[in-house]
Amino acid sequence: MSCDLPGAITLHGLTLGYDRHPAVHHLDGVIPPGALLALVGPNGAGKSTLLKGIVGEIPCLEGRIARPGLEEAIAYLPQAAEIDRSFPLSVLDLVAMGLWRRLGPWRSARRHRATLLDALAAVGLAGFEARLIGTLSGGQFQRALFARLIVQEARVLLLDEPFTGVDGRTTADLLALVRAWHGQGRTIVAALHDLGQVRSHFPHTLLLARERVAWGPTERVLTPQNLARAQSLSEAWDEDAAVCGRHEEPGPPHDHDHSPDHDHSPDHDHGPDGRHAHPHAHDHGAVRDRGHAA
Amino acid sequence: MIDLLFGPFVEFGFMRRALVGCLALSLSAPPVGVFLMLRRMSLMSDAMSHAILPGAAAGFLVAGLSLPAMTLGGLAAGLAVALLAGFVTRSTVIKEDASLAAFYLISLAGGVLLVSLRGSQIDLLHILFGSVLALDDPALWLLGGIATVTLFGLAAIYRPLVMECVDPLFLRTVSRAGGPVHYAFLGLVVMNLVGGFQALGTLLAVGLMLLPAIAARFWAADLSGMIPVSVLIAMLSSVVGLSVSYQADLPTGPAIVLAAGGFYLVSMLIGRRGGLVRRLVRARHLEA
Repeated sequence: MSCDLPGAITLHGLTLGYDRHPAVHHLDGVIPPGALLALVGPNGAGKSTLLKGIVGEIPCLEGRIARPGLEEAIAYLPQAAEIDRSFPLSVLDLVAMGLWRRLGPWRSARRHRATLLDALAAVGLAGFEARLIGTLSGGQFQRALFARLIVQEARVLLLDEPFTGVDGRTTADLLALVRAWHGQGRTIVAALHDLGQVRSHFPHTLLLARERVAWGPTERVLTPQNLARAQSLSEAWDEDAAVCGRHEEPGPPHDHDHSPDHDHSPDHDHGPDGRHAHPHAHDHGAVRDRGHAA
Repeated sequence: MIDLLFGPFVEFGFMRRALVGCLALSLSAPPVGVFLMLRRMSLMSDAMSHAILPGAAAGFLVAGLSLPAMTLGGLAAGLAVALLAGFVTRSTVIKEDASLAAFYLISLAGGVLLVSLRGSQIDLLHILFGSVLALDDPALWLLGGIATVTLFGLAAIYRPLVMECVDPLFLRTVSRAGGPVHYAFLGLVVMNLVGGFQALGTLLAVGLMLLPAIAARFWAADLSGMIPVSVLIAMLSSVVGLSVSYQADLPTGPAIVLAAGGFYLVSMLIGRRGGLVRRLVRARHLEA
């Protein structure tokens, strides 16, 4: 829509999920260009799901994600478990995958060898280029994936638990990289569990428990009350949940708002264009309305 | 020894034709097999080889023992099963192996039914075990064409195919090539199975595709080594298998596949990369 800021990622009443069960439920907000945003929440809060949704890996159940001008500029670091590390591939070839958008399937990567070696050096893996990926330790492998991110030169970086199972020294090195990217004006969203890390490195935080619990400056978001509420919200999974009756119609704003504090961050703008009206807003007309903050 | 190995090829035209056909197949099938093995889809090719049977049988019913008809039929049936299985995998909860099993069983049963409708036991044996000693010119052209298309095709999709194997999620985030590449690869598998079934029969077509590839795993660390080694092993298997079958008056298809099986067993025992003997007699570890 015209009001979507170029370079920003805007979530419009976003619901993502699996098998109709929402994992992210009616989320609104804007991730402005250059943001350094931590995504915090208990297991099952929808952090990974939200990142997958933004990168386009899973379709929206409802609502939409606007990312004008960013379709080709998002890099995504999934949880490492999804990569086949037994495949006989060299570290250099793994990092070279980051060149795909520039080289496509056929152009030679030989001219970019210096770029690849620089990226490996930047993550502390100089001299590892010929090693097979299966011989790397967990931390070294994560460093290699960060080298691939460097090579991608993306404007937006989505990192899914990038420091899980990684030792302190490696984490510190990789965090320095993240801060350098932030300094270059790139947008970074990282799902994290270490609250100390979030407090000291991430100016903004989205606390998620399927719904948005709080979104704003980190020190205002990570309060004991918010964290306790996130914990209790995320535990509600109902196999026989009723069809969601929340319509987000235009008109009296937020008469259906289930989350008590819903403190809209300053960047969360409700345009006058009624964009909360969903084309299929009356699909579930006949179903009983149930609370969703159960 | 040399004479024993190569004598038959010098002496007889049909043995030379058989050798040329098998060498062409040795160029194309093992590289495909390497990718199948690395994608943990080894048994998938076995299923696919069964899936092409009804197509070949339908061709046989329509046109008798005719190469073009049976080849086209086999290709059509194989591609149909590959596409249907791929479609079901990508659109439902069923995983690739299960959806493939379902379609190939349907296809195989249909094929056996078709063959039994017409044709004798000997025809059925011919389809199942191939006729490498009776390769005519069109059959050789077919095998050569398949080898050419496979090598160029594999070169064209090599990079995205490797990415699909290692990190399919990454490929999906940077490109839409994943789906087409997957189907193109399945197409190459089917093509090589149809080629193999000309020479070795449906039951053994998989042998020259997979055994050299698996054996190569014990000699080379990465793809750039595994693919040439697998081709070499397949070619050696062809020569040895054809000679032995001639000297000992044995059926050719099984002899070639057994030769490849022999190379696999030897590789498994003494291979440099994780072979059994290497594991048992370990060299002293390094300092760092």
